[in-house]
Amino acid sequence: MSNTCISCKSVYKIFGDNAPKLFKESNGIVDPNYFQSEGCIVGVNNASFEVDNGEILVIMGLSGSGKSTLLRCISRLTEPTAGQIILDGHDMLSLSPKELIEIRREKMGMVFQNFALLPHKTVLENIAFPLQVKGINTKDSINKALEMTELVGLKGRENYFPRELSGGQQQRVGIARSLAVEPGIWFLDEPFSALDPLIRKEMQDEFIRLQSVLNKTILFVTHDFDEALRLADRIAIMKEGVIEQLDTPANIVLNPATDYIKKFTQDVPREKVLKIEDVMFKNNIDSKVSISISKDDLIEKVAEKILSCDTAVNVVDPKNNNVVGSIDAQKIIKVIFSENKQH
Amino acid sequence: MLKKSSRLYSVKTNSIKSSKNFQFLILLIIFLVLYFVVPHSETNYLWRLPSILSEFPLWINDIIYKSLYVWLPIEVYDPVFEMYEKKATFREITKFLSQILNILVQLFRDILLGGTKTIKLILGDSFVSKQNLFIPATPWPALVCGVALIGYKLGGRNLALLGGISALYIAIFGQWTPSVQTFSFILLTTPICFLLGLSLGIWGYLNKKVETSLQPLLNIMQTMPQFAYLVPIIALFGLGDHAGSIATIIIATPPMIRNTILGLKKIPAEVVEAGIMSGCTKFQLLFKVLIPTARTDILNGVNTVIMQCLAMTVIASFVGAKGLGLDLKIALNSLQIGRASEAGLCIVLIAVVLDRYSKAWAAKQRDYFENLNFYEKNKYVIFFVLAIIAFSFLSFIGGSFFDKINYFHYIPPEKGLTIATKIDGIVDWVWDTFFYSLNIFNKFVLTNILGPMKHSFLNMPVFATFILVMGAAYIVSGVRSSIIVGCMLLFIALSEYWDRALITAYMATFAVLASALNGIIIGSLASQSERASRITLSVCDFFETFPSFIYLIPVIFLFNITDTSVLIAAIIYATVPATRYTVWGFKSVPLELHEAGDMSGVSKRQKWINIELPLAIPHILLGINQTVVFALQMVILGALIGTDDLGQMIFAALSRSDGAGISVTLGLFVSFMAISVDIIIRKWAEERKKILGIV
Repeated sequence: MSNTCISCKSVYKIFGDNAPKLFKESNGIVDPNYFQSEGCIVGVNNASFEVDNGEILVIMGLSGSGKSTLLRCISRLTEPTAGQIILDGHDMLSLSPKELIEIRREKMGMVFQNFALLPHKTVLENIAFPLQVKGINTKDSINKALEMTELVGLKGRENYFPRELSGGQQQRVGIARSLAVEPGIWFLDEPFSALDPLIRKEMQDEFIRLQSVLNKTILFVTHDFDEALRLADRIAIMKEGVIEQLDTPANIVLNPATDYIKKFTQDVPREKVLKIEDVMFKNNIDSKVSISISKDDLIEKVAEKILSCDTAVNVVDPKNNNVVGSIDAQKIIKVIFSENKQH
Repeated sequence: MLKKSSRLYSVKTNSIKSSKNFQFLILLIIFLVLYFVVPHSETNYLWRLPSILSEFPLWINDIIYKSLYVWLPIEVYDPVFEMYEKKATFREITKFLSQILNILVQLFRDILLGGTKTIKLILGDSFVSKQNLFIPATPWPALVCGVALIGYKLGGRNLALLGGISALYIAIFGQWTPSVQTFSFILLTTPICFLLGLSLGIWGYLNKKVETSLQPLLNIMQTMPQFAYLVPIIALFGLGDHAGSIATIIIATPPMIRNTILGLKKIPAEVVEAGIMSGCTKFQLLFKVLIPTARTDILNGVNTVIMQCLAMTVIASFVGAKGLGLDLKIALNSLQIGRASEAGLCIVLIAVVLDRYSKAWAAKQRDYFENLNFYEKNKYVIFFVLAIIAFSFLSFIGGSFFDKINYFHYIPPEKGLTIATKIDGIVDWVWDTFFYSLNIFNKFVLTNILGPMKHSFLNMPVFATFILVMGAAYIVSGVRSSIIVGCMLLFIALSEYWDRALITAYMATFAVLASALNGIIIGSLASQSERASRITLSVCDFFETFPSFIYLIPVIFLFNITDTSVLIAAIIYATVPATRYTVWGFKSVPLELHEAGDMSGVSKRQKWINIELPLAIPHILLGINQTVVFALQMVILGALIGTDDLGQMIFAALSRSDGAGISVTLGLFVSFMAISVDIIIRKWAEERKKILGIV
């Protein structure tokens, strides 16, 4: 319990004027078709999950699946129709406006798809904005902002206006701004979707680097399944407002819960996603084998080594060099090339 | 998939088009039959409706009277009789407002023109005479310097030259006093309009209900003829500079509200969310995120406000505002073209300078990290203070140097240079040389075009008019619009002013048709080249800085006081928006479509007919919408020089003690006419846009 940072219980968001009334009548069983016929649109349908401290949860879904709405419910940018949201011990739905502002100032940072920079402020002022809103004086806030510009690699562009920057640079400003108050919880709403593929890759690397330094609790929304696999500790896949599956990337790839999710996973290059740990035999430990590999390596990286061995190889935990399992060539071939999802 | 849907579209549009054309044809036939069949007799309700609403103006008068003298009485202490008296609250409010505005107008004038009136007002006469207090005016060379410095700061050398030379011209040509009066008037009204418009706009943005109730109000306010406000203002506030400023504020605030709402609505939702997530309070969100982000639109609003304030100078002079407007009005009344031109030129100069200044200000981005020292930051202020000191000193010396008039301090009108006599000379020469040809043209237009057209409008049975207008509204935008338009027409038809309204309609129709045709032709020709369209747009900009009544000056000297003059002024004035929107429309045609056309091997003419014109039509329609408003405004303004339509009645109401009701009623008529056209055309344009897939 103490390790849980965000917890959502049966969160609903239904758009429309008579949504609250209809919801009350429905007794918690929401049929999107019925609601639509009554002029309401179901954004989030019974979402329950928890996010641990320091975890990256990626919410993945196509447009209109309700992923951004869910994120906005948790940050209270939109008012959920029903449910319970506990964030760092605070019941988000019972907060007064003043307390909410306080929490946003201290605990939350958010990055937006189209950057949402203030056009009349320079890079430095944009980054310093959340600090100045808090009431921190100009000198301290600008100093902190200078530090942040360096962190996101924008040194030398402090006095540029947003319109003078490229998309990638603008998003770096957005990231720096969201981190300026050193929030514990970081919301990212499709932060890299508006960027070109190469820049996107670069920004994902940047994101991974930042997280390795900062270790925040992160809710990351994206419509890009590859991005989700790359960044997530766990992925929640949404469809029409419902969370279809919530699991680690490896488990989603190996055990897609529904046909809908299968559509995403079937073309995924598994060797690039799965770690040895995800596919190894846990109990077949053969102490005679001399070759050993790390459980944290991606299959891609060690496949050649395994495939060139006649026997199974040992898998070790790199932290203490204990043998934790084994794997053989056949298993690797099966995982990479088999259409069948069972291992 | 794409092909299929586009084909579906074209089939659909064709059927809509042909069926609509057919409907229009039937409507026209019914109209013509009614036109010739309905007998002209006063007892026939199909010919004219009974004027059962003739009491309406009296009701308005009654409301004004009661609010001033009867409703909500409060006890007010009367210092003269040393007793409490019962007076209406509203009357006290208007009195209070008048006093504040008067003091403010005086204050600005005291600073710029010299005098002790404000001090007298605040401290009382005895104090001033006891101390023998006299505050001299700021010397004109100092103010000219100030104008140039502001210009330099805003837009560099060119703007400084424009401002400086304009101010110099005004001073040397002896127009200083009225110009500064007008200017101080703008200094007062613009900030008030700005604050009022901004706060109402913000309120409208934050509260949907407020916005929906503001919208129709703004529609009426922006289409009401400016004259119509004057009599009620006299009734409520009396005569004087304050009444003029109130009239100006009423006219100039609506565009500020519109611009504010527009600008705030354009802000991306994400930016607002970013503000909220940064932990902004409501207050911080408004002042640190929303307003700065909508800055450009809001400042454009300020520009419009300034232009409107200037355009009101002449009209405000009818309720006692001093300044160039008053001079111009007097000169126009006595047909002194030379003097009128001089005053008009000064108004145009002030308009152009303020327009450029405010645009430069809107475009200017603040540099937050210049890191300047005190001198660098404040050098313009320092220069200005130095200029004031230097020129005050100079004018002090000038006092002993010049005999009677200290030219370094002030150039009185009679001593200034003048071009009035020269202009009068030119006018005389034009008259002597072209009198016959102009007169023949004028007579020809009047007897062969305008006369018959007016006659045919007046011969229109009221039933036929209703069928035509409501039918058109129904075909274009459905039952609801048709009923709204019908109600507005009914309001006019049930009054005793239907015939006058028909005359206004005839003049406006003529002006709209002519200027729309002009605008579309000029616009399409200009759009053939990038450069020509750019030049055309800047010419439009230039013409739009002229306050409307300026157009009346040249036409009355050419065509005297006839419908022709008014119509020509209206056509020139209203051609501007038609041209502008046509150019915009042509510009909005996507490059790909041009390329697609070229690759299909179309000729220029084919491209114009098949690609450019259809896609530009929604824009052109909106332009015509504007044209209607502009043309109506000028037709009503034509009352200044003499017409016999609604405008003239509104104008005549100015000199009647019970004129408030009539002028408001007639103003509403004009407004309703404009709004009816707006409803039909706007819907039409939207529908065309939808069909064409333009968002």
